[in-house]
Amino acid sequence: MRIFDPHVHMTSRTTDDYAAMYEAGVRAVVEPAFWLGQPRTSVASFVDYFDGLIGWEPFRASQFGIRHHCTIALNPKEANDPRCAGVLDVLPDYLAKDQVVAVGEVGYDSMTPDEDEVFARQLELAIDYELPVLVHTPHRDKLAGTLRTLDVVRESGIPPERVVIDHLNEVTVEAVRDSGCWMAFSIYPMTKMTEQRMVRILLDHGIERMLVNSAADWGRSDPLKTRRTADAMLAAGFSASEVDTVVWRNPVAFYGQSGRLELDEVDVDELATFEGNSIRRGGA
Amino acid sequence: MDDGVRALLLVALPTDLVVGELTHLYQHGDAAERRAVLRALPLLPIGAAAVPLVQDALRTNDSRLISGALGPYGATYLDDHSYRHAVLKCVFTGIPLGDVAGLPARADRELARMLADYARELIAAGRDVPPDIQPLIDAYPEVGAP
Repeated sequence: MRIFDPHVHMTSRTTDDYAAMYEAGVRAVVEPAFWLGQPRTSVASFVDYFDGLIGWEPFRASQFGIRHHCTIALNPKEANDPRCAGVLDVLPDYLAKDQVVAVGEVGYDSMTPDEDEVFARQLELAIDYELPVLVHTPHRDKLAGTLRTLDVVRESGIPPERVVIDHLNEVTVEAVRDSGCWMAFSIYPMTKMTEQRMVRILLDHGIERMLVNSAADWGRSDPLKTRRTADAMLAAGFSASEVDTVVWRNPVAFYGQSGRLELDEVDVDELATFEGNSIRRGGA
Repeated sequence: MDDGVRALLLVALPTDLVVGELTHLYQHGDAAERRAVLRALPLLPIGAAAVPLVQDALRTNDSRLISGALGPYGATYLDDHSYRHAVLKCVFTGIPLGDVAGLPARADRELARMLADYARELIAAGRDVPPDIQPLIDAYPEVGAP
């Protein structure tokens, strides 16, 4: 089984996770830029973070046979922090990079006027750079936040097929399906969505425009949830081809709209270094 | 060091220095120092000047800071939208609503609507609805039973 995890924060994960993901079938990931659990106090912190997403992290992934791409944006939560407003000015440099396959995560956290403005500006950037967009939906007031997200996407003029709306659930899936945007689901051990609920949603709504991700990060999460969901689909009677559509062909089709996906098998060179550094602690 | 001791030190500051000092201490503080700053806010002659600090604390996922932010100062100065989101944040992070300043006086129909929507999401997911949100929903029957 080949798996593409379209949303996973590998910066927060270990080399054991990379090895286990490869073993489970993961061959490609997209790592969205997001919130690090504690506020950043300057634009420079973002620059270092973005540089890691297009530098060190793809190198780490390549050492385990996994293709790594990323999405770049000012996340909704930090859109509220005046110290971070200048991040919007550095985005164009990154949106031109080969490894950047979308603008994201954008969207709403608390639905404030600052979030409105930053979201709209970044949708314009996606149009200018002809990139897809990964949109986060809020934890709090989720249905209202999702409906408002769809309004903003519509008003921006970006084609809906270039937009994925993430962290959906039973209550929000239908409006997104009707909008023409892609639908993504984060499968978490404790919250958001379980693999069994995910299978039920796929049975009810079909597999077209559906993405499944682990959204694994520094919180309680599991980077093997994509595989677990694929197994649960097979157990529920989906064919191997239908599973392949959800965990490989759909994410490839969505992020492929960037024209920047590289999915050839990685030729793992264990002696390779990144700017002189390796992942072999003391080994070289 | 106890939050109360830290509050006494802040109260002893000359009035014209309070806002600057407070902001510096919060921005460079560890979690305990930040919580102490938040809890001292109602005692200080600062009007609404510390609302950005409260908003910052409400963006964290640290229940000590979120509870500190939703004390009497937050309940007085947060606008309606921010206050509602702060209450939802407490529900999400498991902070008992009995500890939240301003409730039930600041609970309004829009908050009841948000909580009822959340309860519907939990029910659709087969999860338990926290019992302390029910009275706030029941106060506005027009938002509909979850």
